[in-house]
Amino acid sequence: MAAVATCGTGAGSTGSMVAAGSKNNVTSFQRRGPRASGSDSSYSRLVSIAGTRPSVRNGQLLVSTGLPALDQLLGGGLAVGTVLLIEEDKYNIYSSLLFKYFLAEGIINGHTLLVASAKEDPADILQELPAPLLDDNVKKDFDEDACNHKTAESNIKMKIAWRYQLLPKMEAGPVSSSRFGHYYDASKKMPQELIEASKWHGFFFPEKSSSTLNIEPCSLTHGYIKLLQFIQNIIYEEGFDGSNPQKKQKNILRIGIQNLGSPLWGDDICCTENGNSHSLTKFLYVLRGLLRTSLSACMITMPTHLIQNKAIISRVTNLSDTVVGLESFIGSERETNPLYKDYHGLIHIRQIPRLNNLIYDVSDVKDLAFKLKRKLFTIELAT
Amino acid sequence: MFPELNNLLNTTPDRAEQGKLTLLCDANTDGSFLVHHFLSFYLKANCKVCFVALIQSFSHYNIVGQKLGVSLTVARECGQLVFLEGLKSSVDVFFRAQAEPHPLQFLREANAENLQPLYEFVREALKPVDDGDAAWRCPVLLVDNLSVLLSLGMGAVAVLDFIHYCRATVCWERKGNIVALVHDSGDTEDEENNILLNGLSHQSHLILRAEGLATGFCRDVHGQLRILWRTPSQPTTQRDRSLTYQYKIQDKSVSFFAKGMSPAVL
Repeated sequence: MAAVATCGTGAGSTGSMVAAGSKNNVTSFQRRGPRASGSDSSYSRLVSIAGTRPSVRNGQLLVSTGLPALDQLLGGGLAVGTVLLIEEDKYNIYSSLLFKYFLAEGIINGHTLLVASAKEDPADILQELPAPLLDDNVKKDFDEDACNHKTAESNIKMKIAWRYQLLPKMEAGPVSSSRFGHYYDASKKMPQELIEASKWHGFFFPEKSSSTLNIEPCSLTHGYIKLLQFIQNIIYEEGFDGSNPQKKQKNILRIGIQNLGSPLWGDDICCTENGNSHSLTKFLYVLRGLLRTSLSACMITMPTHLIQNKAIISRVTNLSDTVVGLESFIGSERETNPLYKDYHGLIHIRQIPRLNNLIYDVSDVKDLAFKLKRKLFTIELAT
Repeated sequence: MFPELNNLLNTTPDRAEQGKLTLLCDANTDGSFLVHHFLSFYLKANCKVCFVALIQSFSHYNIVGQKLGVSLTVARECGQLVFLEGLKSSVDVFFRAQAEPHPLQFLREANAENLQPLYEFVREALKPVDDGDAAWRCPVLLVDNLSVLLSLGMGAVAVLDFIHYCRATVCWERKGNIVALVHDSGDTEDEENNILLNGLSHQSHLILRAEGLATGFCRDVHGQLRILWRTPSQPTTQRDRSLTYQYKIQDKSVSFFAKGMSPAVL
């Protein structure tokens, strides 16, 4: 009990207690890295993974979802080891955009990507990622919208700290990836060299469906079993679960799964009410087990508006960590509603996890709307 | 454990009752704070606890437990706590064939009939130890949560059978307690879940039901807790005693107040 007494409640020290006690715990929920024995200091090593930062609330390691506005609503970002479920809007326009932002953020930060889709080839998805907004372009856009005023500080001669003026200025060419959360220009494509420099794995279900299974068929559909095996393979071989000690810098695996639950994956919950009701939920459970024991974060888009059996939607929500629903105004009567004339749709934050904590960061604002404004995707209070 | 909740339930760790089934249920809100309460309560009451944690990882409960004054790692090492981490074990069971039956064996099977391996695990974990020194007060089974078992392909009847067997062993034979959390799906027509919830409600001695406020989200009042004391074995003509409180969850505790008497409003 002495160890408990010395352990304070500040964000910095709870991790050490956990690391000292459990020797084979490889979750990212420890603030010290996977497989860290109590003695080696890995707090700085864990924080120094590109594109991550510790949460202010509970020290959980966070990655950006690709939309800084959404990061703020989720309490700082997406926690490593958790699942973000996006309930697709009716025509899958904005949810696929969010999916692309998530992957683009991974490329900019140098994370490894795993893209799974039954509809589009992952290589094609990667070609269509939005281009990141460079710093001076971001400044211009913000000035135009009168949201932020960034003065041209670099032109002012420094009078006091004049030595700093001799240091080279930040380059405007490549995007500075030291920032958490970047802005993307949906009208331009990501430069080819950035895509080629990134490490990614693709799972295109029609290509993989013919190979044989090496686990016995349980109630999961064929597609889900193959996808789980693929993900587990990548996690194990590339050492995201700490199994083979990575000699180089630790990295995050970003998993993106598109249209999970749609008939293209071989699942019939969108077609009939009495379909295979346990396949998707079992898949989500085992996926979450894989994520909790590795340094990875997952975004899933799911056409929940098509699922016939409403009980499955509530079970899926309970099995996911963060759930965000998108509702676009296209084709609905809200399109002509004067209240919503500036916006393209509503965004509902349905669930935020309480990780390592009794409380969580929930924003007081519940009526949130989004719009795709020229180049930026913004989320605002619907007024 | 939350001292205010102990006052409402009129218990302390020294005087914990035995042989009871407590049902925790949440509707439109997150009732996991009740699980953390009972976990720390029974560890402080010096009981041997078998925790079947299907929904979160060990470090999650450990970090919250430290805020509430118990250390799960110490409890696990000295044998007071037997922890089944569902998420981590599911990966092992699913991808690798196990030599001996694993409590989560049903994940591999297409049509698992019952939860017998899980029951065997619980029975083994809460077996009375014969050496007189490390005698714990009474065995406690804590399950978080049973609705996940329905999502993983078990039928409501199989889960009810599992609880029945556990009650026979833990509550009746060994005079211990069972605490289980079940989600209430509300108006979504999850029939299996409703069967499970109704079946367990009729068997429980104490029901704690955390509900979201009917008027929606409020920053100062996070929900409403209904406490219902029951005597399932003897049908009585008296009404079961019930109390309703509203609560607000804070960083290390939960404060309870009568309806409408939130400090923010007064």
